[in-house]
Amino acid sequence: MKKKLVVIGAGMASGRMLEHLLGAAPDIFDVTLFNAESRGNYDRLMLSPVLSGEKTYEQIVTHDDAWYAAHNVDCRFGEAVVRIDRKNRVVYSNSGGAPYDALVIATGSAPFIIPVPGRDLHGVVTYRDLEDTRAMMDTRGKDAVVIGGGLLGLEAAAGMAARGARVTVVHLMGHLMERQLDPAAGYLLQKDLERRGITVHCKGATKAILGTDRAEAVLLEDGAVHPADLVCMAVGIRPETRLAVDAHLEVERGIVVDDAMRTSDPHIFALGECVEHRGQVFGLVAPLYDQARVLARTLLDQDAAFVPVQTATKLKVTGCDLFSAGDFADAPGREDIVFRDPGRGIYKRLVLEGDRIVGVVMYGDTADGAWFHGLMKDGTDIGPMRDRLIFGPAFQGGGAPDPVAAVAALPPEAEICGCNGVSKGTIMNAAMGGACTLDQMRACTKASASCGTCTGLVQQVMALALGDAVQDAPMGMCRCTDHSHEDLRRLIRAMGLKSIPAVMQELGWKTVGGCHSCRPALNYYLLAEYPLEYRDDRQSRFVNERNHANIQKDGTYSVVPRMWGGVTTPAELRAIADAAEKYGVPMVKVTGGQRIDLLGVRKEDLPHMWADLNAAGMVSGAAYSKGLRTVKTCVGQEFCRVGTQDSTGLGIKLEKLMWGSWTPHKLKLGVSGCPRNCAEATCKDIGVVCVDSGYNIVIGGAAGMEVRETVPLASTPSEDEAIQIILAVTQLYRENARYLDRIWKWMDKVGLGWIKAQVVDDMENRRALVERFEISQSVYRRDPWADLSTPSETPKWAPLADLTLEAAE
Amino acid sequence: MTIFVDIGSLDDVPAQGARVVRTAQGCVAVFRTADDRVFALEDRCSHKGGPLSEGIVHGTFVTCPLHNWVFDMNTGQAQGADEGRVRTFAAKVQEGRILIEATLLRRSAA
Ligand SMILES: Cc1cc2nc3c(=O)[nH]c(=O)nc-3n(C[C@H](O)[C@H](O)[C@H](O)COP(=O)(O)OP(=O)(O)OC[C@H]3O[C@@H](n4cnc5c(N)ncnc54)[C@H](O)[C@@H]3O)c2cc1C
Ligand code: SF4
Ligand code: FES
Repeated sequence: MKKKLVVIGAGMASGRMLEHLLGAAPDIFDVTLFNAESRGNYDRLMLSPVLSGEKTYEQIVTHDDAWYAAHNVDCRFGEAVVRIDRKNRVVYSNSGGAPYDALVIATGSAPFIIPVPGRDLHGVVTYRDLEDTRAMMDTRGKDAVVIGGGLLGLEAAAGMAARGARVTVVHLMGHLMERQLDPAAGYLLQKDLERRGITVHCKGATKAILGTDRAEAVLLEDGAVHPADLVCMAVGIRPETRLAVDAHLEVERGIVVDDAMRTSDPHIFALGECVEHRGQVFGLVAPLYDQARVLARTLLDQDAAFVPVQTATKLKVTGCDLFSAGDFADAPGREDIVFRDPGRGIYKRLVLEGDRIVGVVMYGDTADGAWFHGLMKDGTDIGPMRDRLIFGPAFQGGGAPDPVAAVAALPPEAEICGCNGVSKGTIMNAAMGGACTLDQMRACTKASASCGTCTGLVQQVMALALGDAVQDAPMGMCRCTDHSHEDLRRLIRAMGLKSIPAVMQELGWKTVGGCHSCRPALNYYLLAEYPLEYRDDRQSRFVNERNHANIQKDGTYSVVPRMWGGVTTPAELRAIADAAEKYGVPMVKVTGGQRIDLLGVRKEDLPHMWADLNAAGMVSGAAYSKGLRTVKTCVGQEFCRVGTQDSTGLGIKLEKLMWGSWTPHKLKLGVSGCPRNCAEATCKDIGVVCVDSGYNIVIGGAAGMEVRETVPLASTPSEDEAIQIILAVTQLYRENARYLDRIWKWMDKVGLGWIKAQVVDDMENRRALVERFEISQSVYRRDPWADLSTPSETPKWAPLADLTLEAAE
Repeated sequence: MTIFVDIGSLDDVPAQGARVVRTAQGCVAVFRTADDRVFALEDRCSHKGGPLSEGIVHGTFVTCPLHNWVFDMNTGQAQGADEGRVRTFAAKVQEGRILIEATLLRRSAA
């Protein structure tokens, strides 16, 4: 018969323990898993990226329903255990009991609540679980105060700031993270946080939280008052030992366990933050994973002993790089090696005792952290390399500072992933054994699978082992950065970055000046985010958008004037004919977008031709742009005998509202006057098919390399509403899609349902989107031809000099 | 010793951009980097003749506008897997003026 194992708490530690246990021996235990939270195991460390918007909850779930089912785990989620009956070996929740042969307590810890008036008000949270995180995610445009400037508090503060809250951090001590950082590094960190709009109030003791029904402000002892719609207390944790105390187990600060993770009752075991081992309690996940390994063995009657290792700390705030390990208080016999580069915000300090490193603090550039930490843990004699030590491993041989060389210099036992204790050697072996994507590496070694700060290092080790065989190694948008498109958009917003150099500087671009992939993307993201402040950077645009004409294979250009809704006049046609003759245009062609293309124009003729066409009332047709191209229409009700609405008129209205706008990729519209669909609206990015009862709006079509039929977005009897919905969906696309994704591609990623919810169902949001589109159009609804054919601009289209005319000697 | 000719003011070339100079040996693209260095390269991509002067300039590299070959402006060498090279010419900035090598006045290379 199987033994009954009951586990209290589905947290980081118990999840890992169950993996080891059920992996090694699937058939020995029947497991019942209680959790006070109404969900199973997820990666608590990753709540901060969820808070800041860099990840979703779904992405941080570590064990899903399928896993529990496959391992026959009886899940009792949302049921807190309230009592342990040791005599009869039964645990009770409020909805029933569960007998055990072996019991594991893994209740983690509980956040500290400072006993000030107002602590029970609505709007006061801690930072421990998904509920807390969700409350903090909801602070866009509000005031938030975080009490506590340690790791957790700062991750909370940065996350809320990324969500658009006005955040103040109140910290009792003289500088931030005083347990991990010395004052100099604390100061750099404070400056970085202030730069992203966070107010930092050090030496601030909280006196009370003010408010009647809910939190409104925080009052400090020094009299300062900080407004607060939300207050997050992140001042520390204490082991959650209440059940154990009630059951009269031996408890000091935590539940006392021996080396095998057994409590004072031989049938009861404990692990995680709730335990105390040889006088020590724990607050980081790395030692807990070791405990998990040990306890799994103990439960299987195998020998194992837990030995705590020293762990290093990293702050998971994107853009703030800090690393700290060991002890760095001043003491007799200790010496410092310090490197400062205030211009770049870099600070590194090694604390030495004799010829050994005992402490490491790094800020701004933490790439060598693992190497120093390794030297420290191994007690390496650094005497021989002392003069070059601070420059890191790459300089020990006198070579150039190359990140891959630095990683290559690490010994196989060097720890790469601190959370999971994965060494360089393990990663190399797994890579040779076939793990050539990051996901596979995570699956088979757990390297970088927890807090994720070592992802870059893990990728470098993989690159070392595999060379070009690494797949998806840089998940970044190009080789210049590891950040994905999505991250970049969020970070540009969160950090208030307003120029391409600022993005490259703050987000650690690996190249000088980027490349032809990232520059146009960044230029687009910036102009979409800051339409009024950002100035379009022509030098970061592809030739066609820079020159407002389409380059042909022989270096000449094609010119396409706009014809609103595909309608033209004899006067316009005459002006086009004149221009074609005057500039010797070799080919005049009718395009698929219902207008006329003048092909083979020389670059220096462009501004002159534009000036002529401008004089006849025409503007650029933007046939070259990642932006609004054409609105193709049929004749509709005006002339057609079966037309139901004025499709031509609607097309013209749309084109007049939308021309000049930049979008992630090209945007083509079509409006058909009846379902016979002569304007082919159902293969456009956005289409309208008119019917007797009004307008059917469809999106996501394409007729290029990919041919796609549109899907219905909305129907409305009102032309006005149809226009509003189309502008709103365009703006939603502009704000959210990745550069060079057409609407269909974006729709595949975010889902039609989400788009509908934003622009069809949520009227408030639709209005706001249209408003933002209009703000952007107040800048961009402008003819580039007119701007670039002025007397001062025209000469720039011709060669700078003509040396063929100078007399050769 | 290289003899130089003045072709215009540094301000006439946009930073991270280029202008073309017609010479007896064909068009030459004169580039200006973000940090105000200048480079002169034959304005014909070694792939299919694309005008490099219309490419995106990044660091000391330029990407051809037609099929994205990337060239190092120091050497004219195509980067990565692409093989090819375009001619480079001596160029420098002196008191805000751009100078390029005078051999370009001649019909063929010296
Ligand atoms: C936002 C955040 C960021 C963090 N970042 C890092 C980091 O970068 N690096 C790092 O090393 N550590 C980090 N930590 C700490 C790390 O998450 C903890 O060390 C770890 O989660 C502790 O694991 P545990 O299993 O002991 O407890 P937990 O993961 O807290 O799990 C305990 C579970 O037990 C449940 N429980 C409690 N009482 C009962 C009961 N009576 N009945 C049933 N269930 C109960 C709780 O609801 C909880 O789900 C972070 C913590 C937070 C909150
Ligand atoms: S789509 Fe309908 S209304 Fe428009 S031209 Fe064709 S048949 Fe007429
Ligand atoms: S012509 Fe330059 S890349 Fe093809």
